[in-house]
Amino acid sequence: MPKQTVREAINQALRQEMARDENVIVIGEDVSGGAGSDGQRDAYGGVYGVTKGLIGTYGEERVIDTPITESAIMGAAAGAALRGLRPVAELMFVDFLGVCFDQIYNQAAKFRYMFGGKATTPMVIRSMIGAGVSAAAQHSQTLYPMFTMVPGLKVVLPSNAYDAKGLLIQAIRDDDPVIFLEHKLVYDTSMDVPDEAYTIPFGEAAIPREGDDVTIVAFSHMVNHAITVADKLKADGISVEVVDPRTTSPLDEDSILESVENTGRLVVVDESPPRCNMATDIAALVVSQAFDSLEAPIELVTCAHTPVPFSPALEQLYLPTPEKIEAAVRKTLKG
Amino acid sequence: MAITSILMPKWGLAMEEGTVVEWLKSEGDVVAEGDELVEIETSKITNVMEAQMPGPLRKLVAPVGETLPVGALIAILAEEGDSDADVEAFIDDFNANFVVQAASGDEASGPETAHVDGYDLTYQTVPGGDGAPVIMLHGFGGDRNNWLFNQDALAADRDVILLDLPGHGSSTKAISDAGLSALAALVLNFAKAIEVNAFHLMGHSMGGAIALEAARQNSDTVLSVLGVCPAGLEAQVNSAFIDTFIEAERRKGMKEAALLLFADKDLVTRDLVNDLLKFKRLDGVDAALQALRSGVIADCNAAPIPLGDIKAPICVIIGEQDEIIAPPVNLPPTIEAVRLPVGHMAHMEGAAAVNKAATEFFAKA
Repeated sequence: MPKQTVREAINQALRQEMARDENVIVIGEDVSGGAGSDGQRDAYGGVYGVTKGLIGTYGEERVIDTPITESAIMGAAAGAALRGLRPVAELMFVDFLGVCFDQIYNQAAKFRYMFGGKATTPMVIRSMIGAGVSAAAQHSQTLYPMFTMVPGLKVVLPSNAYDAKGLLIQAIRDDDPVIFLEHKLVYDTSMDVPDEAYTIPFGEAAIPREGDDVTIVAFSHMVNHAITVADKLKADGISVEVVDPRTTSPLDEDSILESVENTGRLVVVDESPPRCNMATDIAALVVSQAFDSLEAPIELVTCAHTPVPFSPALEQLYLPTPEKIEAAVRKTLKG
Repeated sequence: MAITSILMPKWGLAMEEGTVVEWLKSEGDVVAEGDELVEIETSKITNVMEAQMPGPLRKLVAPVGETLPVGALIAILAEEGDSDADVEAFIDDFNANFVVQAASGDEASGPETAHVDGYDLTYQTVPGGDGAPVIMLHGFGGDRNNWLFNQDALAADRDVILLDLPGHGSSTKAISDAGLSALAALVLNFAKAIEVNAFHLMGHSMGGAIALEAARQNSDTVLSVLGVCPAGLEAQVNSAFIDTFIEAERRKGMKEAALLLFADKDLVTRDLVNDLLKFKRLDGVDAALQALRSGVIADCNAAPIPLGDIKAPICVIIGEQDEIIAPPVNLPPTIEAVRLPVGHMAHMEGAAAVNKAATEFFAKA
């Protein structure tokens, strides 16, 4: 099976779904390489090159470069979805959510409900999340807790290439709005990915490491940190299970609870500020549903309650790191 | 004999490391070739490794629980005359020069594609001895990698050709005619397409039925046929397995189906279940499996394959604890039957015995 990076896997998923269904379109800023750049339009394909080459195959009617107006991108995509297309709209950085949130949370998310089930909104919003590349406070947030709390939105956080492809195809075929968030630091990670199209159902966690001593629930790129820690601690005789929920809405509560019921210890790693995030949400779930199985206080490894620092040194202090995760795991095992 | 190393085996292309689960021999034992030596766990499955050569087992280098890369030293055979110092020097020398080999991906070992009757059929040849080649046909929901414990042993005598049947592995998923007769004809056309004119057939379960039917259709090219827990004999295929397998969308349902495959239920690991789910989630697989259920599986259940019409020698390996296809009881005496205390995946659970039986059967066929 060929190895692919996350970037390649997402590109292949888009290509295959566009080939399978002519209603699938891509719309966003710079998705074809920048409006007006004739002759080099397929050279760029998004700031991280994810949509590279699509316009060469599918043309400008299905790969639509827009002005820098996020409200127009999301409004157009929501309307197109209502009328039967399957738009994959790109919000370049999730940090730009503020200027188009009405179209997403108050319109697209509620159409099915407000129209008595007679309308569906099969749109996907792809966006980049995450810190670690010193892109400063306005281009480094994750914000997935904000989407997760809105009923009517499905929220997907792929941590690797296999999941990215299967979850994106699932998202495109889903009849509801799906928020698909790609962490900048996973784009270049690679693994075996089938060339054929395949899907992964939402609400099914992956368990990339099995273990009996401590459970780590982590999201998006933090899953890779958790795996690093699990592999390191294995040498010390500490058996760590890593749970990657893959989607925060719907959430695979069963897999999380079953794991904690087995290990009795929980660390949640969430690249978000510490209040009202997925870490607090998972902690609440476990305390309310599996309190008796806990043998130690739950450890939450999150960001600091501050805008993301630009300084690389400060940014590392702000972020969850393998060292902080390891310390949290060891803390649950004390006493 | 000189001091001899026993190494971590490599089972299948993807295996990178293995864990010693249990030593079945102790230091000081004199082992014979073929003795069960050690149980090794891989990320996919646990299997017993046999001694490849006879000799006194001097030292167990890898303790139970140790995980080591493929090719690493796990034990030493040495005569009494070899001093402890010599043995230690041998171990130090081995480890000093040991280089971990990267897992050979598919690219390196080259799966090939044959275009046959409108299908792209993926196959892989494990090159071997000069004997007539054997074409291996996996079962329902399997693929060419199911033979990981068998392919190298059989390749001692002959090329081993591992085929992905339509709807499986990397072959075309859409199946135009999924009936027993059509799939058997397809296998014969496949052999013709890759210019293999005389060959043995070895098939598991559904693949076993296809192998038997192919031998019935053409007695000129099929030299012999070996069925491992084959369909199409006496008993019906357990419809609960087929239906659960097809309907499973999550791990729970898929595990339920997979548990029926093995007598030793511990062999159904999370990775094994995940791999089955990954296969099931490929576009077109669901339709293919449904077509096979109403095609070849229904054909096998409707009427047994007339074994009397098959001119080639037949061997059947039977898992006495098979929960998918009940063991046959009235096989004609002309058929060689090997009964093993294992489940439906006899070629995995009873790999050593299956390899021995198959090697001997093909050699005389």
